[in-house]
Amino acid sequence: MVERELTILNRAGIHARPAASIVKTANGFKSELTFIKDTMEVNGKSIMGIITLGAPYQTKILMRTNGPDEAEMADAIQHLFENRFEE
Amino acid sequence: MADISVLDLLDLDLKEHNILSLSCIAGRSGLSQKIKTSKISRPGLPLSGFFEEFSASSIQVFGRGEQQYLLMLDKEKNYTNVEKLLSYRVPCCVFCDGGKPTESFIEMSEATSTAILTTPLISSDFSRRLYQTLDEVFAPTQTIHGVFVEVYGIGVLITGESGVGKSETALELIERGHRLISDDTVRLKNINDSFLVGMGENPMLAHHMEIRGLGIINLANLFGVGAIRDRKQVQLSVHLEEWDASKSYDRIGGEMTDTFLGITVPKVVIPVKPGRNVPVIIETAARNERLKKLGYYSAKEFDQNVLKWLESETARKMYYIDEDNV
Repeated sequence: MVERELTILNRAGIHARPAASIVKTANGFKSELTFIKDTMEVNGKSIMGIITLGAPYQTKILMRTNGPDEAEMADAIQHLFENRFEE
Repeated sequence: MADISVLDLLDLDLKEHNILSLSCIAGRSGLSQKIKTSKISRPGLPLSGFFEEFSASSIQVFGRGEQQYLLMLDKEKNYTNVEKLLSYRVPCCVFCDGGKPTESFIEMSEATSTAILTTPLISSDFSRRLYQTLDEVFAPTQTIHGVFVEVYGIGVLITGESGVGKSETALELIERGHRLISDDTVRLKNINDSFLVGMGENPMLAHHMEIRGLGIINLANLFGVGAIRDRKQVQLSVHLEEWDASKSYDRIGGEMTDTFLGITVPKVVIPVKPGRNVPVIIETAARNERLKKLGYYSAKEFDQNVLKWLESETARKMYYIDEDNV
């Protein structure tokens, strides 16, 4: 299990397009992806789940990956966050 | 929501029989105070000077008796106990029955930034509603990945891996006239350890659904207001999984259960494969659940009938054998 704290760096926060790109990236891996914010825990392979998190600019959320390719998945997702979802 | 301030309490969107009808009349600076417990205190004893075991972290409810006592203290110009009570920085004081505090009380509450609220409800009625509200606010919650629908009046929580077809199944159920409570993330609440309530995580984003191939759709607009619901008790858990030929599925209707936040609900596991009409199976499961609530267990009843029949068959056989022997 890999856990990392990520910060939302794009101004608009996580809306539909970033959520879709997270899910698209996540679906390339076998591991499970979970995002945790406050008491909320959502499946990272679900667009509605990620949007429901309600993560505006500068929010910190915890990412957890679990499975055979957890490290690679964590790197890919982190890369996406650091790149501001190419926005 | 484990973190609630007095202002949040005023803002809670409660309906009809739950409405608290609170309004703030003084001590506005105290509205940001946090309420940390679901307990309620009637401050009769502290007002008369007994402060042992005083629960200062709870909301102080002043009924008619307490209000009369305050008036008496005011006439006597005896403010010691009131001052002491407010110095505890209680979350807020609520005056029931439309009552208003005395000028001196308002001054002291402003000085200590304690919000003074008033409600037209009588104290017993107000306490009951407040208990109910706070119990829900402080109820243990859990967010799970799944779809929550109401089928024939039964709250059905559908879970399963991503891509197994939860949303599509829910869509078909809605098409058949059932209701969606939440898609994808469902917030569960344990109410008084007696039942489980499910609702959408975010009321602003509720009743939307993501369908592969279509994107995000708004169900309230597409199917009308009759197709949605805000919250519902969870009464049946349905787990969808890919059909696994090596696994044996329930064939006679056993008693499987699922536990969420310590509350047990009946569970069915439905294997999914092309050609299997999952919505119909869920509808039937919901009907079956209703029958069970009426005390009729299809599986048990069937088994009993079989046993009865076998018995009668044996009896008859015995009779025939006896006859043959004669």
